[in-house]
Amino acid sequence: MTSVTDAPENPLPFARSRSRRAGSGRVIGWLRANLFRSIPSSVISLLLIFLLAKASVSFVQWGFWNAIWTVTGNQTGACRAIRGIGACWAVIPEKFRFIMFGTYPFDQQWRPGLATLTFIALFFLSSRPRWWRKELVLVWVAALAVIGLLMWGGLFGLSFVSQDRWGGLPVTLILATFGLAFGFPLGIVVALGRRSKLPAIRSICVLYVELIRGVPLISLLFMASVMFPLFMPDGVNIDKLLRAQIAFVLFAGAYLAEVVRGGLQAVPIGQHEAANALGLSYWKKNGLIILPQAIRHVIPPLVNTFLAFFKDTSLVLIIGIFDLLTTAKTAIVDPAWQSFSVEVYLFVGLIYFAFCFAMSRYSRRLEARAGST
Amino acid sequence: MAEGRCCRKDPCAVTIATSEPARRKRSRGSLSKQRLSGLFWQIVVVGIAIAVVAWLWSNAIHNLSVRRISTGFAFLGREAGMPIADAWLAYSPKNTYLRAFMVGIVNTLRVAVLGIVLATVLGTMIGIARLSSNWLLSRLAAVYVEVLRDLPLLLQLLFWYVVMQGLPAARAAWMPVDGVYLSNRGLVLPSIPIAEGNLWVIGTAAVGLIALYALRRQLIARQLLDGRPRRLWPYALVLVVGIPALVSWSLGAIWTITMPELRGFNFVGGLTLTPEYFALLVALVTYTSAFIAEIVRSGIQAVPRGQWDAAMALGLRRSFVLQQIVLPQALRVIIPPLTSQYLNLTKNSSLAVAVGYQDIVSIANTTLNQTGQAIEAIALIMLVFLTISLGISLFMNWYNARIALVER
Repeated sequence: MTSVTDAPENPLPFARSRSRRAGSGRVIGWLRANLFRSIPSSVISLLLIFLLAKASVSFVQWGFWNAIWTVTGNQTGACRAIRGIGACWAVIPEKFRFIMFGTYPFDQQWRPGLATLTFIALFFLSSRPRWWRKELVLVWVAALAVIGLLMWGGLFGLSFVSQDRWGGLPVTLILATFGLAFGFPLGIVVALGRRSKLPAIRSICVLYVELIRGVPLISLLFMASVMFPLFMPDGVNIDKLLRAQIAFVLFAGAYLAEVVRGGLQAVPIGQHEAANALGLSYWKKNGLIILPQAIRHVIPPLVNTFLAFFKDTSLVLIIGIFDLLTTAKTAIVDPAWQSFSVEVYLFVGLIYFAFCFAMSRYSRRLEARAGST
Repeated sequence: MAEGRCCRKDPCAVTIATSEPARRKRSRGSLSKQRLSGLFWQIVVVGIAIAVVAWLWSNAIHNLSVRRISTGFAFLGREAGMPIADAWLAYSPKNTYLRAFMVGIVNTLRVAVLGIVLATVLGTMIGIARLSSNWLLSRLAAVYVEVLRDLPLLLQLLFWYVVMQGLPAARAAWMPVDGVYLSNRGLVLPSIPIAEGNLWVIGTAAVGLIALYALRRQLIARQLLDGRPRRLWPYALVLVVGIPALVSWSLGAIWTITMPELRGFNFVGGLTLTPEYFALLVALVTYTSAFIAEIVRSGIQAVPRGQWDAAMALGLRRSFVLQQIVLPQALRVIIPPLTSQYLNLTKNSSLAVAVGYQDIVSIANTTLNQTGQAIEAIALIMLVFLTISLGISLFMNWYNARIALVER
């Protein structure tokens, strides 16, 4: 096992002296210390081993042994014949492009592909602490502009593709990333407002945060898709994706405001006093002294919020925007492939898991780093 | 004193030890200036907020009048005409929208309350398993937590729903225990028909439980005074078993268990949890339990090791130490994040709309599509959820304050 970090960092005291007892050979010693310490523990171990073996055998049988990997055309008869006995992985290559990129013009799909890679590169770059400096903001602006150019086109010989043809993984990444990119500044302003001494500003911020956090995201999305057009003057017609994006920005703003507020509370009062003593203005004090410290405190919870947020983008399925989950669900509407939703959901789950697992690992590493220094 | 108060009003004002008159003068000067600028900014922000809201509102009024949609809640009195498959309140499509909303609220609460209870139990078990000395058990619990936390809830919900639909038909239902059937018609359980007499008995038992709880506190208080342990179980026997049994006997309540029976293509009798409800419940419970497990784990780990060592040195049993010494202390760390998980579960129950379970959001959505009363329908959703959130927060804050008192 390479992932030592996964073990309980601080196990209960009675579990402390594990693997100390010397048995005949290291393996037996380890087994005795960790699986067969006492009679109840041995019973649990045996039971778990039995269940695990049974589950793995049936999964291997279903997922590999009896599975069908390729099918010619839409001839899924063989697949349907073994339904429940073996998986039909042929659905994945068949629907891969649709699941990943939705109804984006087929011959242009390298563009959303490249946009996805740009997103991943951007996340990777932003995750390195030595890159945390002002230039990173410029990198973000540039990267998001490049992504916009790739997706929309219309310049440099790229044909124009309107938003209603976008779909799949890029849409998920766009909703999450733009939501964060705009929600984060909003969250900072609201967090500062909530700690403000001015009662009117404070109450507006409290109202905003509590109202958004008190209701389910779905109701906000409904609001964006149904109510928003009502609130706009005649002739202003905002695209569905953009409306959902606005809802996500407002949603992210409220949650990130609470995270940032936690960081602001962790900055010692002496820092405020020192900044005031230097005669700094409110914005200079917060921008130069308070916020840099506050945000450094809350980077791990920020990553966790982003993770939650990334998962929550899947809710746009309910208002009919083609994100990764919606394309997956739509892919199996095709009558020939209708009965293989489990396979498709497992595949999409793997993609979501890859992103989320990387983020949760990263946040844990940051926490460990913060704890050690 | 006056100085102190003025400084508290304006903590940003610098307090430098200068001679008394100069200090007063300066602080007053800066104070009025700061106050003025503060007032100015507040007026600006409030003005902008009011202007934006007024602009949106006037647009809305205009658009509504163009589309001939009347505002107001009069539509609640009209006939709903929407079928609700899984209603606990008596309902037919001929009932009003108000009634449909009530059914939706009950459906939401039905998922949320049972979900919270089950997620807490499962999450606590997994959180403790995560700390087990058994390597396999703790590792499996860790995998469970990691996998469930890293997948979108909606994906899990759709997955469970598909799995539910893939179950055998009612005829070939899977029967783990006698009388419990799992099929693509959902989960069918044996039930006890509830009549008025049964309700009285249940009510008596509930009152008995509350009385028993109060009594227990009394007995513990007395034990603290003289150190003599008191027996609780005779009281428990009388209050929770004896008196309700007597009430049941005098009212002639009937406690027959009806077993579900397969007739034709479906089950008759018993309690049916529809596939939609069951999938939603399973998804919410497993997803939330992963978060609760982490909260429980970190709560237990927050209890200083010395507490364990001291208790073990006294020769107490492990389970006793966990229950009586560690968990009560861990609860203080656990309760605040647990509250927000409860709120999350309640809000997440609105995903029901994706599988067609008719909770409040789903019914409001249908209403919205049928009547066009978007603002009212969404306002109702918000009202319901804000009320539930507030209720949970108040209860958990009360509970938190209560257990916090245990501390010296």
